[in-house]
Amino acid sequence: MALFEAIILSVLAASTPLLIAAIGELVTERAGVLNLGVEGMMIMGAACGFGGAWLSGSVIVGALCGIVAGTLMSLIFALMTLGLAVNQVATGLALTILGIGLSGLIGAGFVGERITPAPHLYIPGLTDIPFAGRILFGEDGFIYLSLALVIGVWLFLYRTQAGLILRAAGDNHVSAHALGYPVLRIRMFAVMFGGACAGLAGAYLPLAYTPFFIPGMTAGRGWIALALVVFASWRPGRLVIGAYLFGAVTILQLHTQALGLGIPSQFMSALPYLATVIVLVLISRARTGGSTAPAALGTVFVPDR
Amino acid sequence: MRKLLIAATAVMISAGASLFSASAADKLKVGFIYLGPVGDFGWTYQHELARQALVKEFGDKIETTYLENVSEGPDSERSIEQLVRAGNKLIFTTSFGYMDPTLKVAKKYPDVHFEHATGFKTDKNMGIYNGRFYEGRYIQGVIAGKMSKAGVLGYIASFPIPEVIMGINATILGAQTVNPNIKVKIIWANTWFDPGKEADAAKALLDQGADVIMQHTDSPAAMQIASERGKLAFGQDSEMIKFGPKTQLTSIMDNWAPYYIDRVKAELDGKWTTDNVWGGLKSKLVVMAPYTNMPDDVKKLAMDTEAAITEGKLYPFKCPIVDQDGKTVECKGGDHLDDGQVLSMNFYVKGIDDKIPGK
Repeated sequence: MALFEAIILSVLAASTPLLIAAIGELVTERAGVLNLGVEGMMIMGAACGFGGAWLSGSVIVGALCGIVAGTLMSLIFALMTLGLAVNQVATGLALTILGIGLSGLIGAGFVGERITPAPHLYIPGLTDIPFAGRILFGEDGFIYLSLALVIGVWLFLYRTQAGLILRAAGDNHVSAHALGYPVLRIRMFAVMFGGACAGLAGAYLPLAYTPFFIPGMTAGRGWIALALVVFASWRPGRLVIGAYLFGAVTILQLHTQALGLGIPSQFMSALPYLATVIVLVLISRARTGGSTAPAALGTVFVPDR
Repeated sequence: MRKLLIAATAVMISAGASLFSASAADKLKVGFIYLGPVGDFGWTYQHELARQALVKEFGDKIETTYLENVSEGPDSERSIEQLVRAGNKLIFTTSFGYMDPTLKVAKKYPDVHFEHATGFKTDKNMGIYNGRFYEGRYIQGVIAGKMSKAGVLGYIASFPIPEVIMGINATILGAQTVNPNIKVKIIWANTWFDPGKEADAAKALLDQGADVIMQHTDSPAAMQIASERGKLAFGQDSEMIKFGPKTQLTSIMDNWAPYYIDRVKAELDGKWTTDNVWGGLKSKLVVMAPYTNMPDDVKKLAMDTEAAITEGKLYPFKCPIVDQDGKTVECKGGDHLDDGQVLSMNFYVKGIDDKIPGK
């Protein structure tokens, strides 16, 4: 039982950065913008988040620095793709390369330093409940925040008029524009939200997961977040399932290895990705009708004046 | 307009060429290919320290360049060629996976000298060098066997190549000398560097009852997890005590500087020849970090073991070596396995209840 609890705690921690980054990218893509620079924005969030926390001694300041860094990176992307109508795929890839390099430069000063990681919630009585206590009431703040973000995004997209307009801009920018909605401004805010989330997700790594900064420490998590958005077919609810499923398979494969069952580790390491592919196939087979992707995803919009 | 462009290009090319020839005539250019970022606090960091030692030693006589985060495999060929074209005459490629690409580039540029770390292929202009890290692993095994209360060690491995397998075997052989019933749990991360995954692997090992963590991956993440849980761990490649002041028992440190200085000196003197160096504790290529967080008797045992290996009185792979199926391994080196057997090791010794992945 204690082992089961430990596994769930590890799964939640491993899934959270993916969930935060993916929920941001989901909003960006729902507005019709494909930002492949998640990895770059995340690693910038990690570097600046750690720097902020190390200099100030506060995890919250660190998290804010991560958010700001991610947002600034996304503004570069917005300027290029929305302002100058440059190809989104190319710009996103360039943003990742820029982020990896720049974060190494920024982070060079505090490689090898350590900080006190984000504290875990402790409510006397509740947290002490056997098994469920630590899982429900003993996590770090980021984990609760990630779930709140998902609920917030769901409410925004499906229960507010602004959310409806954002989805309209992502499905058919010409019509949204004809109806008088400021497509480019909507998209800019969506891109910024995506950047802020990616920055926060990156900051989670050095602030709570492994409390130190090392260049390249996101190790491809930004790409997984991008895949999760597709996996979730652009729906926040499915994103939670996808992120936790991916985290669960990742952690479980480590545990089966430690048990020494003799299953080849190469296969176990590939399992999270195989699981993703299988679920994708199942979803696409079960679906009736066309694609669920935002119709205008990845297309450049230049309003006629 | 076009004429202007051509003229401008011509000027740039000639300027570039003269710059190039001037610097090439004065200084020896030495290039490095790094696997990770220079700040990984592990494998690449140690190579970077050695590069800095080179600069300090030779000053104006050499000019060094490094390319970091170069992925292993065919793609690294491009990076190695890039160093050749930039005029580097001595190039160190510092990871196992650069072996074939280095060989290919070496064949293409016979007047450039190459040094490849941890591989086994050589050529007229390509030498190899490696550390006998298993000597340090054996000492770690002795310490771990003494320090583990549960009798269960947790081992985070990277890829199932001989280098890693010999480390696991040396560890368990060392541990068995003090605790014949020692158990080891092994997780293959299938990466050299992913702090998050290394941390998750450490958590899984601790959750399953291991109380001493050792790793063949490069970041200090596992050390921090062990530290958080109040357990013990060994550093990897470099001093990691900062990440676990009450956790680190010792660390195997790669000390490449003397070798690099030696090779650059040979190159400057025009005496470079293909070599095959496999140095250990004796040649100080492998250095142990201070023995900490252990009682005095364990510390003494560790130091005695280190001294015995250094003096050549103790071989980690001394015969008889019995593999996990109970077969005694042929003893080609007299009273211990010879280097060829160690370098191609692809079996677990008796006492490991697991299988090598893909075998």
